[in-house]
Amino acid sequence: MKQSVTVSKSEEAKWLEGIKVVLSKLQFKTPTFNLKKIIVPVISIVAFIGIWYLGAEALRQREINFRVEKALTDQGQAAANALQACFASNESTCQTNTLPSPTQVWASVITLVNDYYVVKQDKLDFKNKTAAVNAKRIAAGKAPIVYTGRASFVDIVIRSLKTVFAGFLLAFFIAVPIGIVIGLSPTLRNAINWFIQIFKPVSPVVWYLLVFMIVKTLLIGTSSDNSFLISFISVGLCAMWATLVNTAVGVSTVDKDYINVAKVLKLGQLQKIFKIILPSSLPLIFTGLRITLSVAWMVLIAIELLAQSPGLGTFVWEEFQNGSSESNSKIIVAMFVIGIIGFLLDRFMLTIQNMVSFNKSEGI
Amino acid sequence: MAYLELKNIYKTYGEGKDATEVLSNINLSIEEGEFVAIVGFTGSGKTTLVNLINGLLEPTSGEVLFKGEPVKGTSHERGVIFQNYSLLPWLSVEQNVLMAVREAFPKREKAVWKRKAAHYIDMVGLTPAINKLPKELSGGMRQRVAVARALSMKPDMIIMDEPLGALDALTRGNLQDQILNIWGKDKRTALLITNDVDEGIYMADRIIPLRPGPNATLGPEFKIDIERPRDKTELNDNPIYKTTRNAIIEYLMGIGEGRKSEQQSTYILPDLAPKSFVRL
Ligand SMILES: Nc1ncnc2c1ncn2[C@@H]1O[C@H](COP(=O)(O)OP(=O)(O)O)[C@@H](O)[C@H]1O
Ligand SMILES: [Mg+2]
Repeated sequence: MKQSVTVSKSEEAKWLEGIKVVLSKLQFKTPTFNLKKIIVPVISIVAFIGIWYLGAEALRQREINFRVEKALTDQGQAAANALQACFASNESTCQTNTLPSPTQVWASVITLVNDYYVVKQDKLDFKNKTAAVNAKRIAAGKAPIVYTGRASFVDIVIRSLKTVFAGFLLAFFIAVPIGIVIGLSPTLRNAINWFIQIFKPVSPVVWYLLVFMIVKTLLIGTSSDNSFLISFISVGLCAMWATLVNTAVGVSTVDKDYINVAKVLKLGQLQKIFKIILPSSLPLIFTGLRITLSVAWMVLIAIELLAQSPGLGTFVWEEFQNGSSESNSKIIVAMFVIGIIGFLLDRFMLTIQNMVSFNKSEGI
Repeated sequence: MAYLELKNIYKTYGEGKDATEVLSNINLSIEEGEFVAIVGFTGSGKTTLVNLINGLLEPTSGEVLFKGEPVKGTSHERGVIFQNYSLLPWLSVEQNVLMAVREAFPKREKAVWKRKAAHYIDMVGLTPAINKLPKELSGGMRQRVAVARALSMKPDMIIMDEPLGALDALTRGNLQDQILNIWGKDKRTALLITNDVDEGIYMADRIIPLRPGPNATLGPEFKIDIERPRDKTELNDNPIYKTTRNAIIEYLMGIGEGRKSEQQSTYILPDLAPKSFVRL
């Protein structure tokens, strides 16, 4: 009994150790109170918001002036005055449809957050309401009724993350093996090179159309929603090229010294690949994967929009179609969310990349 | 029959118009247990010669015989220490050595491999750094790992391509002694390539200059008849050492002069300052 306690304790200690190592590798440095490092970004953020505010205000004024003048020529002085007053009172019927100001965007953030709680409550209510029915349905071997109501902004972001993750995995499982194979064989490299060169620059929209044509035909007759499938495949195919090329280059340009080591030790072919070639090309492969992930996140919006997949792309497009001032603010919120998530994903990949990279020049 | 024999070796790089003959008419024979040094300028073809012997390269014409058999590819019987260490940077000291041990003794158990690796790492005094990566080591330590890796395969002959060229004088002197120690223990055959005449004289039984390429060929050999273990400080006053050293330097300088007037280009000469044997 006593022994098991000590074992579990040391296990715990190991975990703590492990977490500490990971944290230290994630480059969370203890904040040094370097005034310049804090003040300079704060100033630039304030300046950015200020310029944004002034710009948005100028655009709003321009729209108001135009519309008031139009009312004046079309309907006369009284109508123009009424419109002017309406704009000044900021009533919901008299909103401009231009770049929203920072305050409007902040208001939208709050709306979206509140909306998240509303939807959460809706889902809970739905679950409670259908609990009895669903239990019966499951007992009878039928599929339970699922919530198909409005999605919150968080659901939308999660959907996008799922799509990009699935696309990234697809890219990984296609590009890395093919990259290794063509990196090892100059003949195959020559055979496939034209293919890579032609398909690499193809735009996400065209990839979407191509995948759509194929998947639609393959799934003909089935009625399930395949927007997720189509969008993640398109994202993967569009983003995988950097990994493919980097893997092939990494594998085909292993330092001659390492190859000589393999020869002198008389490593077998498989040993040579797994113990020398792959480890030495890992840094380049991970550089490729990092580019792939950032490209995937970038093209995701366009592809989701086309595929009507209920993620950020569709969200942005639908809000744009709405055309209200409120929608414009939501688009800006989405823009910031996309940017911040993209940044975090890149940071994450950079951390992994640093973990696997060894300094080549120092290593030999 | 010589242990290692090179007969009329020619080596050409490139084809047709771009072909350059780096080595011409190389003849060399080394007896079992001998320690031979080859000195030459940078770029004269020393690494090429070494790679022909260890089996990484094939001669354009001529024959390399090891224990009477033609050399075909690399072999565990010939251990190699590369000019630039060539450690695998993603593996620790132990893993680098283990990789060699595993290949040399494939039928043993993991514990045996580990023990052997630990033994050779200890031999070069790197036990405290056993789990470090190459980038965490100094140049001298890295070279010691390379020595441990080569020795751990229990080669019959050890081939060293300027193993100490990149090290500072103090580390260099230390490692020279370590290598001599290890060699002295079981008298394996050794071939040392160096660009330092003093190093050659201190370590070898025989020293042979390589006339610079293209068309590099071996010059006359110089026997070093000085008792082992040799003492560096006493060596300076040893008459055999003095005359041999002067003869080799004169020979190499003669080539250098000839090349300068022929080709109008500069060559890195070996360190020729007199009385500088212990280079601190
Ligand atoms: N793979 C190669 N292809 C063509 N030329 C080479 C190759 N390797 C070496 N050389 C040339 O052969 C000559 C001798 O090189 P090397 O054997 O490395 O000299 P050293 O080891 O004495 O410095 C140099 O002029 C070098 O440029
Ligand atoms: Mg060399």
